[in-house]
Amino acid sequence: MRGVRREEERRRNTFTRRALALGGLQLGLFGFLATRLWHLQVVEGARYATLAEENRISVRLIPPPRGRVLDREGRVVAGNRLNWSALLVAEQTQDVGATLETFSRIVPLAEHERARIEREVRRRRRFVPVTVRDFLTWEEMARIEVNAPDLPGILIDVGTTRFYPEVEHLAHVVGYVAPPAERDMDGDPLLELPGIRVGRAGVEKHHELALRGRAGAVQLEVNAVGRVIRELDRREGIQGQDVQISVDAELQKAIRAKIQDGTSVVVMDARNGEVLAMASQPSFDPNLFNSGISAAQWRQWTSSRATPLINKAVSGLYAPGSTFKMMVGLAALEARVATPAERVFCPGHMDLGDTRFHCWRRGGHGGVDLRSAIKFSCDVYFYEMARRVGIDRIAAMANRFGLGVDLGIELPGARRGLVPTRAWRQAQGKPWNLGDTLVHGIGQGFYQLTPLQLATMTVRIATGRAVQPHLTRAVGGRRMRGGQAEDWPPLDVSERDLQLVREAMWAVVNEPGGTALSSRLPGALGIAMAGKTGTTQVRRISREQRERGFRVEQLPREWRPHALFVAFAPHDAPRLACAVVVEHGTSGSGAAAPLAREVMVEAFGRLCPPPAPRMAAADGG
Amino acid sequence: MSILERRLLTQDRGALVLRKLWQIPWSFVLLLCAIAAVGYVALYSAGGGAPEPYAARHAIRFGFGLVLMLCVALVDIRLIARLSWLSWLGGVALLVLVLVHGSIGKGAQRWIEIGPLQLQPSELMKIVLVMALAAWFQRASWERMGNPLFLIPPAIMVLIPVGLILKQPNLGTALITCMVGAAVFFAAGARLWKFGLGLAGVALAAPIAYQHMHDYQRARITTFLDPESDPLGAGYNIIQSKIALGSGGVWGKGFLQGTQGHLNFLPEKQTDFIFTMLAEEFGLAGALTVLCLLGLVVLFCLLVALRCRHQYGRLLAMGLGTNFFLYVFVNVAMVTGSIPVGGVPLPLISHGGSAMLTTMLGFGLLLSVHVHRDAELGVARD
Repeated sequence: MRGVRREEERRRNTFTRRALALGGLQLGLFGFLATRLWHLQVVEGARYATLAEENRISVRLIPPPRGRVLDREGRVVAGNRLNWSALLVAEQTQDVGATLETFSRIVPLAEHERARIEREVRRRRRFVPVTVRDFLTWEEMARIEVNAPDLPGILIDVGTTRFYPEVEHLAHVVGYVAPPAERDMDGDPLLELPGIRVGRAGVEKHHELALRGRAGAVQLEVNAVGRVIRELDRREGIQGQDVQISVDAELQKAIRAKIQDGTSVVVMDARNGEVLAMASQPSFDPNLFNSGISAAQWRQWTSSRATPLINKAVSGLYAPGSTFKMMVGLAALEARVATPAERVFCPGHMDLGDTRFHCWRRGGHGGVDLRSAIKFSCDVYFYEMARRVGIDRIAAMANRFGLGVDLGIELPGARRGLVPTRAWRQAQGKPWNLGDTLVHGIGQGFYQLTPLQLATMTVRIATGRAVQPHLTRAVGGRRMRGGQAEDWPPLDVSERDLQLVREAMWAVVNEPGGTALSSRLPGALGIAMAGKTGTTQVRRISREQRERGFRVEQLPREWRPHALFVAFAPHDAPRLACAVVVEHGTSGSGAAAPLAREVMVEAFGRLCPPPAPRMAAADGG
Repeated sequence: MSILERRLLTQDRGALVLRKLWQIPWSFVLLLCAIAAVGYVALYSAGGGAPEPYAARHAIRFGFGLVLMLCVALVDIRLIARLSWLSWLGGVALLVLVLVHGSIGKGAQRWIEIGPLQLQPSELMKIVLVMALAAWFQRASWERMGNPLFLIPPAIMVLIPVGLILKQPNLGTALITCMVGAAVFFAAGARLWKFGLGLAGVALAAPIAYQHMHDYQRARITTFLDPESDPLGAGYNIIQSKIALGSGGVWGKGFLQGTQGHLNFLPEKQTDFIFTMLAEEFGLAGALTVLCLLGLVVLFCLLVALRCRHQYGRLLAMGLGTNFFLYVFVNVAMVTGSIPVGGVPLPLISHGGSAMLTTMLGFGLLLSVHVHRDAELGVARD
């Protein structure tokens, strides 16, 4: 038995040693787990905490409402309208097909639309809404809502779309919005949101940043498959700022009702350069860009000779014709190559070498001074003045009046135009001839000016200040500079010379013999308008035609001259200025001046109503 | 037998039961209750802050398990020793049954359904294997342990169930079973060089085994080696688990505040990854506390083994302790990304009925060893 006891003892000792060894090993392994946990939770804890945040927090941008565009009276000319769309959430319906079937009985769905929806439903997670139909009408929306019990899984989502209540009337000024293209991406993450729109033309484009606002963000807690569990934090975006423009929508509409294709009209406040109306016919409906325009529509717009997408008031380039003569006269006076009273004899033509330059009046005007030369629009007088002063000084004067320079109008696509100089011609490798100077003395030749520039020239003549045309009155409620005449520096032009030109322009409209006498403002208005007609040939008239007693009305329409008229009123305290260009209107006095008169009457009626007649003896007496 | 005698006997039996109950170390029972309570808390959180669907059932199962454990604790260890062989046969029979009739879960046949109960025979097998090995070695002297021929039958006793478990296939459990077996061999006094030989054999066999592995098993090993290689595929679990653990920090995010678990980034959060859930919400402090509680259980097993006066009980306690330890270690090492992922739950804490019952059965046996530590059993023979 002793052996057994010893044996038992030995076995037990072995067991004890080995059990302790195993226990030690297990303790060591527990220690390993503890260090492992310490490493994960303490040493690398911060890194994993960040990863966990990224895991569960998804930041989504909330598009801010785009700022509105208001006219000078506060009327909304570009706003946001609710847009209803129908969405389908697959997990909320047992049978997607049946739901779509019921839906198409309320709002018909084309075969390809159904195919697209079913494809998207398959591709996305079942709780992600799929757009069934965008741009529902109010009536469609109402019918879907009424039938909601039969349409499991269908949701109505309310978004906003840009809306232009004035349709095509202000399209050229306000512009339009469209989905951003690659080149629009300026690093603003907002632009990557689906459904976002950016300004593509006009004020919408110029004030894009102010109108766009800043994106808000919502932090959402999401689970592993991307389902939103709850909202953690919401940072509201900054709403786009409203932009108030100086245009009067009602005046604009009234003017557009009077004009035909190819005509552009600019009405400006003569005191500060605010653009009150800017019409270019034909126009287009900017609302169509919202939902994406069809290729056919785009082709029609871009290939049309009437160029509806182009704002001719700032992008149409015309020779100024006789409306330019004030510049030549002022240049001559400033250069002291002529005095106001100096008379030039007009026999109806001027010969230079063997070239004969005609006056528009075949019989000539006889002796004319500056005032009557403007009043009668005598060509020979200005041939002579141009000859004396030279093209470069004429161009310099024109530039001071805003012609051929960038006026900084808030309309992308506004053209700078061209006032030729000797150097410009030489840069083309051609010499500048004296004959060219004569032609340019009456506003013909290489000039390329926009109606806006002509209106600006008129304002500057009227005020004697370097007024810039502008459209923006206020952004986000803050008034912009430039609303006062005093905001603009004086033009460095003799006031005496300017006054002479203004009086001559008054005579054009109000004195017998003036080229626009028939377009003087109605006496009831009690206001006199000063103006200047212009007619620019689009085709050369040959001597042969001239001698055969050629009449311009015989020409096909597209060969007829353009008709221009610039005006300001009242002549002694200028309040409004306008420029009218009627393409192929035949003559400034016949087509442009009467239109300018109507525009002026309309504008004064709306913007400066005559003071109400005083109630006589209202206080009893 | 007179009525009086019978009454005396029953009184005697009643007194015996009472004496045995008195012998049960209630501090250990309390420790188990504490761990189960941790499990309740974790499962309450995994259920989204509600007792349903996990926590309440966990409590009920633990209650049943507790009763089972106490009942087994009262069974005489000599009876248990006698039943060892039969139990082993029963375990192997169940493993065969599961291969023939088992339910398929996650690509492997692991369960058989007995009424409402889902039984995972491989869990039970580890316990009955320990019993069988303890029974084989209980009389073996040191000299006898040195005889290689004596070690062949118990080796076969290990390899038969391991082969059947591999067939399911369940590589993780098969390896754990091997290790449990090896631990009993070691504690019984098998010579150390034989373990060296065994390890060398495994090292040689590993590449061949890899060739015969299922794709998902290979994927586990490759994603373990480089979890980032497939962050949304096979590596997803490990990465998400590490993120959850790491983001818990020292003090955790607070009860029910764990984002990873609650937002379903964490897979299997109520079973295999329950420890991650705890560590995320209660931090390193909570994780180490749980680890300490579980370590105390292992320590208790060791103490029971050391105090036992018969070899059967010593080996049984040691084997059961090692089994429990391996559960804990493999699970925690898995969720911390230290070893390849395998479907090993955390005992007493993870959701799951079969594992709870087998664990409590094991503790029942352990307590029985403790209660009957002075029983006359299995004297050493040559």
